Amino acid sequence: MVDQKIQIKHLDFYYGKFQALKEVNLSIPEREITAIIGPSGCGKSTLLRCLNRMNDLVSGAKVEGEVLIDGEDIYQPSTDLVRLRKKVGMVFQRPNPFPISIFDNIAYGPSIHRFAAKKELPGIVEKSLEAVGLWDALKGRLSEHALALSGEQQQRLCIARLLAVEADILLMDEPCSALDPIATERIEELMRKLQKNYTIVIVTHNMQQAARVSSRVAYFYLGELIEFGSTQRIFTTPLRQETEDYITGRFG
Amino acid sequence: MKLGNAKLEEKVVFFFLFLSTLMIVVPVVLVIAVIISRGSSVLNWEFLTAMPRSGMRAGGIFPAIVGTFYLVAGTLIFALPIGIFSAIYLSEYSKRNLLTRIIELAIVNLAGVPSVVYGLFGLGLFVVFLKFGASILAGSLTLAVMVLPVIITASREALQSVPKTFREVSYSLGATKWQTIRHAVLPHALPGILTGAILSLSRAAGETAPILFTVAAFYLPRLPKSVFDQAMALPYHLYVLSTQVPNVRLELQYGTALVLVGLIVGANLIAVVIRSYFRAKKQW
Repeated sequence: MVDQKIQIKHLDFYYGKFQALKEVNLSIPEREITAIIGPSGCGKSTLLRCLNRMNDLVSGAKVEGEVLIDGEDIYQPSTDLVRLRKKVGMVFQRPNPFPISIFDNIAYGPSIHRFAAKKELPGIVEKSLEAVGLWDALKGRLSEHALALSGEQQQRLCIARLLAVEADILLMDEPCSALDPIATERIEELMRKLQKNYTIVIVTHNMQQAARVSSRVAYFYLGELIEFGSTQRIFTTPLRQETEDYITGRFG
Repeated sequence: MKLGNAKLEEKVVFFFLFLSTLMIVVPVVLVIAVIISRGSSVLNWEFLTAMPRSGMRAGGIFPAIVGTFYLVAGTLIFALPIGIFSAIYLSEYSKRNLLTRIIELAIVNLAGVPSVVYGLFGLGLFVVFLKFGASILAGSLTLAVMVLPVIITASREALQSVPKTFREVSYSLGATKWQTIRHAVLPHALPGILTGAILSLSRAAGETAPILFTVAAFYLPRLPKSVFDQAMALPYHLYVLSTQVPNVRLELQYGTALVLVGLIVGANLIAVVIRSYFRAKKQW
């Protein structure tokens, strides 16, 4: 039995009166890549944003049910959002480094959380860039502007930024949608490398991507979890007709 | 020949649009040309650094320049922090409710109050009620109240032009709200805030009415010793030379105007340079 890193129980989510997620039950295993697929508006990004409580920022958002991360319900009033978001990092659709230097982008988290002294920062930056495969290319250019990097490098930098705050869950919201196929392939390679140490949840529109990188797939439609299982099984013998229709491209 | 008419119309409309635009430039050029041609003859080191003599009919305008600098500095000290803090509150913290609406309405109205009314307000509150007397302190506070709405509005716009993703990323890395504002928002809004602040200060430097009852000295050929002293100031000195002192050489008036306009244009130029420097650097 694999350890369940994230357990979602009876989760309902509302934007005002609109119910975006309905009675979602889902267990996400540790150190694997779980893909969330489904057509636009099915609630997959909403679900992702429930896991680090980024939805708190949306006015009129309401959550019912439980989300347990390492056994702790993150929707308890006593939840420390700072600790939660350090642990559950997020990669966004468009690469979004701050318009400052490469070094400062990675140092942002550690300096804010004050867990690192100034003289430890270079070490953290090196380790984080090393982990995302950027160190060799960038080690002499750390003071350069982060927006001068290519889209793929920027996205890697954004991942490195999470590793620097010692996240252990990485939420990725269509991380490759702004990248070309070659860059996408390299990011996927990085994801496969990172899953040895991190739990990754990726939302994607791209079914080939889900098939290539994930070990588990959850298919959502209109706010409901239709089917969840190992990637191989979902793509070869889906149990539900809706899932089959979607993955065979009959709709979506 | 419908087409021919359309082409003619196009030309006529273009001509009038261009003419209207050109008219904006004319007064600026004329004002500066007249001031320079008439005032530059008195402009020398002595004029800038000497005390006025013989009932202001001779000598320099040094105390008026110093007074204006003190007033601008005082305005900056009071208005900038309050302006930036309230802009941060309004842009980042406040919720859309009745109180916010009232505050916004107050800011808009404050910006529309005529400057002479600020003068009277300053006289009533700072000079008389708080017993600061006619002083640099009272004058700076009055000017600060006057420029506050401008600083708040400019700062607020600068804060709101910082992309939402910066805030999201910062929160997603576990930063608190204040950390996000301090480290991910404010640094990127600063150029806009500075530009607004400089423009509003140059307005404060040129105003006469607010300082009329609160600080300005008619003729004070020495420098102020403390913030509770009266001081001369350039715009008021110009007013006095032009209307209150008989037989003043016209060149002295124009020379004073030249120094005042020079300071203000200089300040505005700094603002333009800051803005274009950061606009060139900005990539979002």
